[in-house]
Amino acid sequence: MEYDIVIIGAGPAGLGAAVEAYEKGVRNILIIERDSYPGGILQQCIHNGFGLIEFKEELSGPEYAERFIEKVRKYGINMMLNTMVLNISSDKIVKAVNQENGVMEIKAKAIILAMGCRERPRGAISIPGTRPAGIFTAGTAQRYVNMEGYMPGKEIVILGSGDIGLIMARRFTLEGATVKAVVELMPYSSGLTRNIVQCLDDFGIPLLLSHTVIEIRGKERVEGVTIAQVDENKKPILSTAKYISCDTLILSVGLIPENELSKSAGIMLDPVTGGPLVNESMETNVEGIFACGNVLQVHDLVDNVTKEARLAADSAVKYINKMLIKEGRHIDVKAGSGIRYVVPQMVNYENIDDKVKFHMRPTDVYKNAYITVKSGDKQIIRKKMQRLTPGEMILIDVPKDKFLSDDLSPVGEITFEVEVV
Amino acid sequence: MYDVIIIGGGVVGSSIARELSKYDIKVLLIEKEDDVASGGASKANSAILHAGYDPVPGTLKAKLNVRGNEMFDELCKDLDVPMKRVGSLVAAFSQDEVESLYKLYDRGLKNGVKNISIISADMVKEIEPNINDTIVAALYAKTAGIICPYGFVIALAENAAQNGVEFVFNQEVISIDKEDDVFTVKTQDKEYFGKYIVNAAGLYADVINNMVNDKRFSIHPRKGEYLILDKEEGYLANTVIFQVPTKMGKGILVSPTVDGNLLIGPTSEDIYNKEFRKTTYKGLEKAIKGAKKSVEKFNERKTITQFTGVRAVPDVDGEDFIIGESDVKGFINVAGIESPGFTSSPAIAEMVGEILKDAGLNMVEKDNFNPKRKPVIRFNELTDEERNELIKKNPAYGKIICRCETVTEGEIIDAIRRPVGAKSIDGVKRRVRAGMGRCQGGFCSPRVLEILSRELNADPLNVTKFGGRSNVLTAKAKEYLINSYKELLKSGV
Repeated sequence: MEYDIVIIGAGPAGLGAAVEAYEKGVRNILIIERDSYPGGILQQCIHNGFGLIEFKEELSGPEYAERFIEKVRKYGINMMLNTMVLNISSDKIVKAVNQENGVMEIKAKAIILAMGCRERPRGAISIPGTRPAGIFTAGTAQRYVNMEGYMPGKEIVILGSGDIGLIMARRFTLEGATVKAVVELMPYSSGLTRNIVQCLDDFGIPLLLSHTVIEIRGKERVEGVTIAQVDENKKPILSTAKYISCDTLILSVGLIPENELSKSAGIMLDPVTGGPLVNESMETNVEGIFACGNVLQVHDLVDNVTKEARLAADSAVKYINKMLIKEGRHIDVKAGSGIRYVVPQMVNYENIDDKVKFHMRPTDVYKNAYITVKSGDKQIIRKKMQRLTPGEMILIDVPKDKFLSDDLSPVGEITFEVEVV
Repeated sequence: MYDVIIIGGGVVGSSIARELSKYDIKVLLIEKEDDVASGGASKANSAILHAGYDPVPGTLKAKLNVRGNEMFDELCKDLDVPMKRVGSLVAAFSQDEVESLYKLYDRGLKNGVKNISIISADMVKEIEPNINDTIVAALYAKTAGIICPYGFVIALAENAAQNGVEFVFNQEVISIDKEDDVFTVKTQDKEYFGKYIVNAAGLYADVINNMVNDKRFSIHPRKGEYLILDKEEGYLANTVIFQVPTKMGKGILVSPTVDGNLLIGPTSEDIYNKEFRKTTYKGLEKAIKGAKKSVEKFNERKTITQFTGVRAVPDVDGEDFIIGESDVKGFINVAGIESPGFTSSPAIAEMVGEILKDAGLNMVEKDNFNPKRKPVIRFNELTDEERNELIKKNPAYGKIICRCETVTEGEIIDAIRRPVGAKSIDGVKRRVRAGMGRCQGGFCSPRVLEILSRELNADPLNVTKFGGRSNVLTAKAKEYLINSYKELLKSGV
């Protein structure tokens, strides 16, 4: 089998990339999806709030996905469902398996990685205690409730205030269960402000900041958890320990891009984002392999995923038409003080059309701060931000001419910083 | 009426069951949990085949450890259980500790351990390039190995069942009476009758013994906390790296697992409640700190799960295994099987066979005993040609359920349908590793639950994590709402 573009994953990133590549004139496209339906995690996100930027209306997750699925169908783009990619090689051969075809090798001119992310489990945050039934990640619980039609518990404590956790707090409440508390380690929520308001405040669910679960109790089923406040070093203050009886603990403690396949192709990962290192074209260090969506960096809005997918698809199309310039002047992108990471991590000046969109997250909550972009000591952009929080991604456009130094040659590196006034 | 009733489905009970299945006798194994290797020490331990230099010469521990270790090659081949003889090091990080190495070396020689030597720091570094530079010397035992402990127990049980041993689960023994040479074993639901009883109840062997014997003993639980790290960290150890032992045990180890993860632990702490099997901040910190003494480089943030194992320490003198016919004729104790109990288990089973013979049980060898377990298909280990042939025959092997460990639906169905098959999410996990990877079942557990529900013809609400009341789901969607609405109506609001 041979395709121009093989896209791995039929979530919002993969679907968006497929549609864009088709609209840019490529016909020989294959989407490979391990689940039995396209749409990815959007299919279990039956709440609204999707598409405000992309479609200027409020859609549910399945509705947002459907807009793209319809186009994929209309365009007749090939999609293999129930198919698991086992391996990708650096020369762009994809090995996949399914029930109909067995193990197959698919040759691609370009590959777009769109495998999404997974949730951090209990072990990753080392909560001590027993190991009974009744501990779920928020996404798994969401799948049970929204897709399978079952409740994972009645009296619930949620650890972590990531968006899925917040949304599940509301969902459980609407289903007649009691959410006793949302417990957050950090002094701020890692979810969107609108979700704190709409999912917790509106239902009177307490959010305990600077708290964590220090023990899980129960032999067969969760019987309760002990929570405590934490100090500045995130160490529990034992004198504040409090027992909450519950039958379920939901974990919403972070997402990790799923890059096992990327590694098999020799793709270098950013230790902070967990996603591939990419350039302005969303191309990884392996030529012709591009990445977009949550496999690249965990997004908080699906609309931004779609944008990123378009860019990756555009670049892939350019790549197979030999229009992507490899040689050229490279600009390193650095995260300075107050910024946790910036994507893309490098820029090839020759490939910039008119601007580069940078995604980043701050390290902390800041009010009335500036995001500044510097090249050496020279400030090239300064943008006022009312409120910065790690739960909300920052997008900064840098116009092409800003990458030029005084002598009109591209700068060697640029740095993004938070400037507190 | 059974010839032999074995109480306890851990590694000891299952080894004995498999050993007795060679003979033309009627054998029953009673287990209080819903699966073999699911309650106590056989599920949660260091997963190591000890070479045998640790136990005091002349003890049962010494004899059975060395004999048991030798038996694993053939057993693992017959039972299709992955095992690797990776060797072990007892690492000395000071001159004082080197002295202890010589003591262990002498013991090893006396115990008949083959292939042991004391090697220099340079040689250790060659074998373990990631061991800390402070290494002075090590005792190297080539016969030590690593294995999947519950995988071995499950294989023993399957093979025993295949050869006619009966298994009952979820039956806790509440009393044992003896009258006219017949034992009546009462559980919460039923009564079983047997001529001989083998007490292999692990942590609860004292309770079982004390039901019939005037000569009482007690088993003290000693817990150890462990961490399992992502396969990315697996490269840090090639052998089992012990430290010089203390009174409380063999110290904290750093070891590869047979599946390629890195295992660190255990701590060692006497506890007073046998069910107190939880991990603690203190314990986990201790395990990490202790392991760093051997290998500094591992990243504890790559932990995928942690667990606690409990060892059964007997209160009798000599600190040896308690194996033999008790004062009550026909009642055989196999108790206090702490480390190196796992390694010793096949030899213990042989010994129990002899004891039963001596006690008058007529043991005639079967002519149709099949020592081989039906091989397990592990998709992950097949070549692409083998995979394609398999998928053509059975498409369920073309559907990946567990993404992290590449486990197919075919493997899960097989695990459920085999003799002594999986009945719970954890049962599936222990048999095929679905849910054991880095996402710990986040993606696959709803799928596994669906397959279990279909294969066992059970309502999804009745599917458990590990039997008992460990149900995964609690209600159908909307049920809580409907119920509270009904209550509102009743109260006339």
